[in-house]
Amino acid sequence: MAKGRILIDVERCKGCELCREACPPDVIALADTLNSKGYRPVMLLDPQHECTGCALCATVCPDGCITVYRESVPKPQRKRKQPAYPGHVIPVAA
Amino acid sequence: MVTLEPPIEQLPCENLIYSRPESLAEIQTHYCPGCTHGVAHRLVAEVIDELEIQERTILVAPVGCAVFAYNYFDFDSAEAAHGRAPAMATGLKRVNPNSIVFTYQGDGDLASIGIAEAIHAATRGENITVIFVNNAIYGMTGGQMAPTSLIGQVTTSSPTGKDAALTGMPMHIAEMMAPLPGVVYSVRRSLHDARHTIQAKKAIRTAFEAQIQGLGFSIVELLSSCPTNWKMTPLDAAHWVRDEMIPVYPLGDFKVAEPLQNKNRSA
Amino acid sequence: MSKELLKGNVAIAEAAVRAGCEAYFGYPITPQTELLEHMSKRMPELGRVFLQAESEVAAVNMVYGAASAGVRVMTSSSSPGISLMQEGISYIAGSEVPAVIVDVMRGGPGLGNIQPSQADYNQVVKQAGHGDFHPIVLAPSTIQEAIDMMVLSFDLAEKYRTIVFLVLDGAIGQMMEPAELPPMQEVKKKRPFWALSSQEARRTNGELPQKNVITSIHLGAEALHKFNEHLQRKLAQIEANEVRYYENYMEDAEVAVVAFGTAGRVAETAVKTLRAEGVPVGLHRPITLWPFPEKRLQELADRVKAFLVVEMNAGQMFHDVREAVGREVPVEFLGRMGGLIPFPTEVEAEVHALWRRTEVLEMHRP
Repeated sequence: MAKGRILIDVERCKGCELCREACPPDVIALADTLNSKGYRPVMLLDPQHECTGCALCATVCPDGCITVYRESVPKPQRKRKQPAYPGHVIPVAA
Repeated sequence: MVTLEPPIEQLPCENLIYSRPESLAEIQTHYCPGCTHGVAHRLVAEVIDELEIQERTILVAPVGCAVFAYNYFDFDSAEAAHGRAPAMATGLKRVNPNSIVFTYQGDGDLASIGIAEAIHAATRGENITVIFVNNAIYGMTGGQMAPTSLIGQVTTSSPTGKDAALTGMPMHIAEMMAPLPGVVYSVRRSLHDARHTIQAKKAIRTAFEAQIQGLGFSIVELLSSCPTNWKMTPLDAAHWVRDEMIPVYPLGDFKVAEPLQNKNRSA
Repeated sequence: MSKELLKGNVAIAEAAVRAGCEAYFGYPITPQTELLEHMSKRMPELGRVFLQAESEVAAVNMVYGAASAGVRVMTSSSSPGISLMQEGISYIAGSEVPAVIVDVMRGGPGLGNIQPSQADYNQVVKQAGHGDFHPIVLAPSTIQEAIDMMVLSFDLAEKYRTIVFLVLDGAIGQMMEPAELPPMQEVKKKRPFWALSSQEARRTNGELPQKNVITSIHLGAEALHKFNEHLQRKLAQIEANEVRYYENYMEDAEVAVVAFGTAGRVAETAVKTLRAEGVPVGLHRPITLWPFPEKRLQELADRVKAFLVVEMNAGQMFHDVREAVGREVPVEFLGRMGGLIPFPTEVEAEVHALWRRTEVLEMHRP
């Protein structure tokens, strides 16, 4: 699996946890701290490097506060249509 | 952007996979935690970015929870009277035929007070797009019964549950709109999980493409959650959409005009 | 240009077309329907927008939309339709976009009838919708004046970013008179800086492509208070600049007849007859019902001994005259309702009686 990471805009996050539900490897958790609005924002808790950068968390986020990065593997761009590296293709709409 | 300490370090060689769309203003929304109005806003903004129409898009905001939608999008916007967004959008589009005009309306706004304006704009084949957010309740005024409320649903104005004999059955807007001759695209999608959200975005994109192609009236009904007024956690509310709303409001394509077919058939 | 025989409603419609009206949205209602019909033919001919809406509610909101895009836009209706439009009118006022509305008044309340009436005075002048605002209200009494006022309406609407009402009763809408139409004006190409349009177009116009928002909501009490203060300042400016009225035989008049629209025409006929009989009477005919010619009436009150207000309603403008004139000078009222138009002879009789009473009062004054 490719590695990914997410950045969470904690000031914008309202702690609704919809991203937690959506996260396949379950690496999102509520923080112990409060933001200035009084919400407990979510955070990435990923000691095993399980985040794949699938962006499902960002897809369901009502507040648009998640930015997603994914490890890139150098590959010729034209080959994107026929995946040569099946392991890197995330079934987004499973 | 303020973030907690990145729990994992930057990857050695990484690509940006997802960030906030440009058409979504930097402002934080006033929506309650877990309310999927925010998701609907974001999807619309993503589609407008992808179609590269930000500079010529005009939003007509409703009265309801989305009354401040014009604050959250980064393009020209108008704020209509309750239910009159399709009429206002008609006026705007007729004198600005090159603009992309869409209304964003809730179920009280469109299905109740504004049903005449919506149906007539649809019948005229007004070349506008309607994003219709159905959360089966009046959100802004504090959780009263809507024409889209489910039978038995307890709201602040149906304390013993909505009674069909008294106030009628839930209204199916996407199905109602489909047979009207001016309508080219009428579908229902849901925002309760990631898979359905992705499908909703595809539908929103098709609806805007219909307008860009000048085909006529397009409407996307989005089943949305209202955790606060349903008195549920955001997760329970998402499950309520899945378990209670979808059986009453089946997802699907009720009308997809010929030029839009083979693009987005799955519901 | 020479005069031609024109029907009121048609003349107004054609004047609007020639004033560069770019979009018309309306709904049929007697006695204004010929206006809509004329627009349905002329606007498409010129490549402009005509749309028959599903209701007056929709029509006025379409006007709101097109006005938000900064074009010259109008609608027309008659009394029950104006009642329905009040919602949109208030939003247009709250958003400060320019729009023109023609009200060809008929008898009320309720369905009333389709006869000429002036019973919408309070509706358009006092409370054209919820909130603190006044539209500019122009009340012509001849078809020529209606034509000229129609052109003026668009100019005033744009100048002050406000609603302008052209109010006439069914009689002026339906009658024919010789009048001269204005020259054809081009539709304005450039949209105002605040208008909703393509940001790209704004950039090519050399303006900043900032986001424009048209809204009437100000959630904070402080913010809405400020906005209302701004609105009131604008209204005060209109009151200072835009008062219009017509007077005849007023220089040495001792009795003033105050009437607008059709009632003003009838009153003028009566005044002419009375002058031939030697009665020192004059006519004051307000053309702007808002802003009301209050100051002028105050001036008149200093030298006129009595006022007679003639209206085709139960006495609506009467109260404004009363307030302007004060309690020192008697103000009498002659009204006809339900579509009746007072006869000049009725006005004459009323003035005679008033004049006699005033003279008697004078004799008994110490």
